[in-house]
This record gives sequence, C-alpha cells and structure tokens, in this order.
Amino acid sequence: MIRLDDYRHVAPPGVVDIIQRLSDRVRDRRILHLSGGRFGEGPAEMLSTSVPLFQDLGLDTRWEITGGDATFYTTASALRAALEGAERVLADEALAHYVEMNRINAKKLRLDADLVVVHDVQPAPLVGHRGEGRWVWRCHFDASHAQRRVWSSFRQIINQYDAAVFSLPEFGRRLSVPQYVINPAIDPLSEKNREIGPREVTTILGALRVAQDKALLLQVGAFSRAQDPVGVVNAYRLVKKHYDVRLVLAGTAGDDRESLEVLADLRQAAHHDPDIVVLELPPEAHLQINALQRAATIVLQKSVRVGFQLTAAEAMWKGKPVIAGVGGGLSQQVINDVTGYVVHSVEGAAFRTRHLLNNPELIARMGAAGREHVRRAFLVTRHLMESLALLAHLTG
Amino acid sequence: MATATNPFVFIGCVELRQALDRHALDERELMDRLEDVPAGSIFYHTHGYFLRHRPMTTAYGNDFARWAAVEVRDQALAERLAVVDPFGFRDLESLREELVTIVSDHLRGLTAVPRAEPGGAFHFQQSHIVTVELGPRANTLAEFRDGLAGVDASAIYFHMVEARARLGRPSGDFAEWMRTSLGLDALAQRIERIDTFMTSLERVRARVLGLVDQALETHAA
Repeated sequence: MIRLDDYRHVAPPGVVDIIQRLSDRVRDRRILHLSGGRFGEGPAEMLSTSVPLFQDLGLDTRWEITGGDATFYTTASALRAALEGAERVLADEALAHYVEMNRINAKKLRLDADLVVVHDVQPAPLVGHRGEGRWVWRCHFDASHAQRRVWSSFRQIINQYDAAVFSLPEFGRRLSVPQYVINPAIDPLSEKNREIGPREVTTILGALRVAQDKALLLQVGAFSRAQDPVGVVNAYRLVKKHYDVRLVLAGTAGDDRESLEVLADLRQAAHHDPDIVVLELPPEAHLQINALQRAATIVLQKSVRVGFQLTAAEAMWKGKPVIAGVGGGLSQQVINDVTGYVVHSVEGAAFRTRHLLNNPELIARMGAAGREHVRRAFLVTRHLMESLALLAHLTG
Repeated sequence: MATATNPFVFIGCVELRQALDRHALDERELMDRLEDVPAGSIFYHTHGYFLRHRPMTTAYGNDFARWAAVEVRDQALAERLAVVDPFGFRDLESLREELVTIVSDHLRGLTAVPRAEPGGAFHFQQSHIVTVELGPRANTLAEFRDGLAGVDASAIYFHMVEARARLGRPSGDFAEWMRTSLGLDALAQRIERIDTFMTSLERVRARVLGLVDQALETHAA
C-alpha cells in the first residue's frame, strides 16, 4: 500500500508536511465520498488514490457507491451527456425513477459524516436525504455548455448542497451556492505514472508491436471526434513529408456509432501507412500507456473541448513536450512556449511538431519544464492539500 | 545573540479558490466587473498572483495583465496593467480604482473594444486562505534562519504578502518580529525594503536569508 510519506521524493519540498499539519487541524472530522462506481476514470480514479491517503493521515474517511437498475443507469448517463452539452431526450418518468433510485440508495447507505462529497451525476439527488454535516457536489466534467432546460432542473438539486466544486472556473454554471475550484491531479506513483526503466519500456512496446527505430509521435485518448485523432493523422502527414516519424494513436473505443466510425477512419489511414499505429487498449492498460508516453518523442493532445484531460499532465510528468489543442484543462496544463505549444489547427500542430523535431534541444528543455510544472500544480499531493483546505474551510 | 521575547511561528497556507460567476469577454466587460467584484477578488488576481507565479513562465505582474496579453493580445493594455504595483496602494479600493482608471483611459483611445479569443474569457475568482503552523518555533535569529531556509514557500507568501496586504501588518511578519521581539531595528528596516513585486517567493526567501546571514556574521565578528 502506498503511504503519504512515499510522496516526499516526488512532491515539492514541504508539501507533505503541510498536508500532515492540515490533517491535524481536521483530525476529528468524518468524511464520506459517494460515487457511482469504483472503476474507470474521473471520480473513481481520483478516489482510489486519495481515499487511502486520507485514511493514512488518520482521517475517518469512507467511500460508498450507489447502485440502480438498467433504467437508472441509462437515465443517469443521458443526464450526464445533456449536462455536458449533448442533445438528449429525458422523459419525466425516467427522471422521477432516477430520483427514486437515489431515495432507495439513501435508505441503504450510512450518510452521517461531517463532510459528504457527492461525485458527478449518478448519486447527486442523495442530497435530498441529507442529515447533519456539510454536503458538497464535486463535478468532474465541463458543465458550462449544459442543455439549458436540463440544467434548470438539475441545478435545483445542486442548490440543496452547501457548495459545489468544479475542475476549472469556466466549467461551472450559475448556482446559488459557492463554487470552489480544485484542478484534478495525477498520481505519480500509480501504474500509469510510476517510474519504469528503458528496458521495461522496450519490452512493453515490443508486446504492443511498436518499433522504436524512429521518432515517435503519440496521442492518447478515446477514439472520438472530440479527441480529433483524425486531425492528428493529418498533422502527422504534413510532418512526414520532412521527417521519418511514427505516429501511435492509443486509446479506448466506445461501442457507439461515432467511436466505430472514427476507429474505421483511423484503421483505413493505417492500412495505407505502416508508420501509423492504432492501438485499441482496454481501460486498465495503465502500464502500456505509461510505457508509450515514456517512449514518445513528442506527445500530441489535439482535443477539441473535452473537459480537463489529464493526459497532458501525464506526458509532461514523463518529461515530454506536449502539443495541445486549445481550451479547457489542456490550456491550463500546457504553458505555451514553455512546456509545449497550444495550437488551433492541424497546420499548427504540424508546424510545432516540425519545429521541435528540428530543434531537439527544445524537446529536452520543454520536457524538463513540463515535469516541474506538473510537480507543483498537478500532483495528487496538491489535490490532497486543497481538499483538506476545503474540509477545514467548510467544517470550521 | 539575543533570545526573542516571543518566538516566531512560521505559518504556511493553502489557497482555496472560489469562482465568482463573473466573467469578462472584452475589455469593457473587464472594466465593468472590476468595479463591482468583491475586494477579495481584486486581491486574488493581484497580490495572489505571487503565490501562483512560477519563474519559468512569463511574468505579467497580475492576472489582468496576463489576460490582456495572452487572451486579448492587447500588449499596450497588458503593459499598463502589469506595471501596477499592488503593494503601493493603501487599500484594495484604491488599487481597484487604479485598475479601472487604466482600462477606462485605454478604451478612450480606441475605436473598437478589444475582445478575448474564443474560450479566453476572464473568470473572476477569490480565495480563502487556510493556514497551518509549520516547523519548530524560532527563539533566536539563528533558529529563524534555519526555519526560513526549510519552510514551504507558502509561508513566505503568508508572512510577506498576506500579512502586509490583507491582515493589516504593513511591515510584514519577519520585520515586525525582528523589531519587536529581537530589537533588531536595522535588520527589520532592510527586510521591510525588500521589493516583493515582480519576483518569486524563492527569491524573496533568498533575499531575507542573505540579510539575516549578514546580521549573524556581523554579530559573530
């Protein structure tokens, strides 16, 4: 089991001490996290790191999950999509069932704590069954483009909380409760980010059938239009005219039509060019992603508005310059011209890639700056510190 | 060397940010919002900049200047805002007035209001500072020196910026303690004169340490 002290050699000096002192301030508080599941990205990934660390600090911390039937999951998923801006039809009966399932969950769960943090959409209506203690809604996605009608109804639930927490100030919408801002973070000791040696990297890449005989461009992310992998292929083609490089697109594909179409387009492109490698990986392929990021020469994250996306921070932690799309969390993570470049187009991505390949000393310099930037701003220790500050602030 | 009448307690801090649901898409909106946001938001985007600024990034002096330079690409306004030294104002309302006047004067000379690029709105925030006591207390100047060298950088911010600008201790906590608890007036004056504007917390730490080391050497000699 990883202990807080293990982070001393990766976090900025003094941060672990501040965390320990802060935890002394809130020693007697009970914390409860409620989420829709224990696996996957977003809240589950964050809680599986931070809850054991809270417990290691001696804080009474529990993590409970809510359940439901197929209709409940379908409705919660559609509601989440609508809150992220997608067009979805939500029938009144389905929404009533969503609330009713939460009422049933409330009966089964022990909801007593000094601070109750409810993550994302699925368990949000549990606040209707709150007892004593402070309740916070933690939103892990970008709600700024939510469907207006859906938000109008959902905000009535959120306004029953004492506060909301968003990943960026621009991810929130008008609420009658205070909105705090805590950026998400990566765990430098997790399977996805821990140090691995060159030999292990080579072994893993060998298993993935990715040769290391030329410069490697990498994008990690879901095969969706929002991640713009096709744009990355087009940028690669512009670069390929001048440099012998290989492009690896690694990620997971959903079973929706869009994912299948994007994947088909990429496979078609790869069919005609052996230097385009499309790797469809399972969500738990953390070590493989780690190895690919370490093997990469340059990492691209040419996404078009897809939430916070910590893949840029993961790559920077491994000392790689990142060429990122504009907006959301990517602009927050990548400091233009210091840790990489923020680009607005396929041509911009190609130009900056060529610029870096032509100036290899920049690759090393930006990579080192990126790692330091992540050390200070995007490690789980900073997240832990701000979460404890929130706990101290809200519970007095 | 003298023992302090009261020990120095190093305080570190964590900034809890709060979004205010006030945004500016262009420079006129920036001016309008500057007039009505809470004073804490003016503090966060000016004094608070020093807690967040890292030497490896371009220095803009405050968040408003950075926004004008990066998101609006109006270098003239960015330069005019950057030069505003938040420590040079008696209170936050005077600082607010100066910022509004600069934007207003700048807009008067333009035919069109410069606008941020898509996705580049200015989002006003404020912060709550949560404090924690750090490390052993210092009873002598030598102990103070040891403590200062190893303490988290947020303590430099708290004692040199937060104490002066928001907590009504205009000398800053380091100088105040040296004057009142150690009777070291000359050293206190030198530390008071350290320019905390447009630098990094680590550089401020180094300057305080340098002055303390000089004082310790003088005493030893």
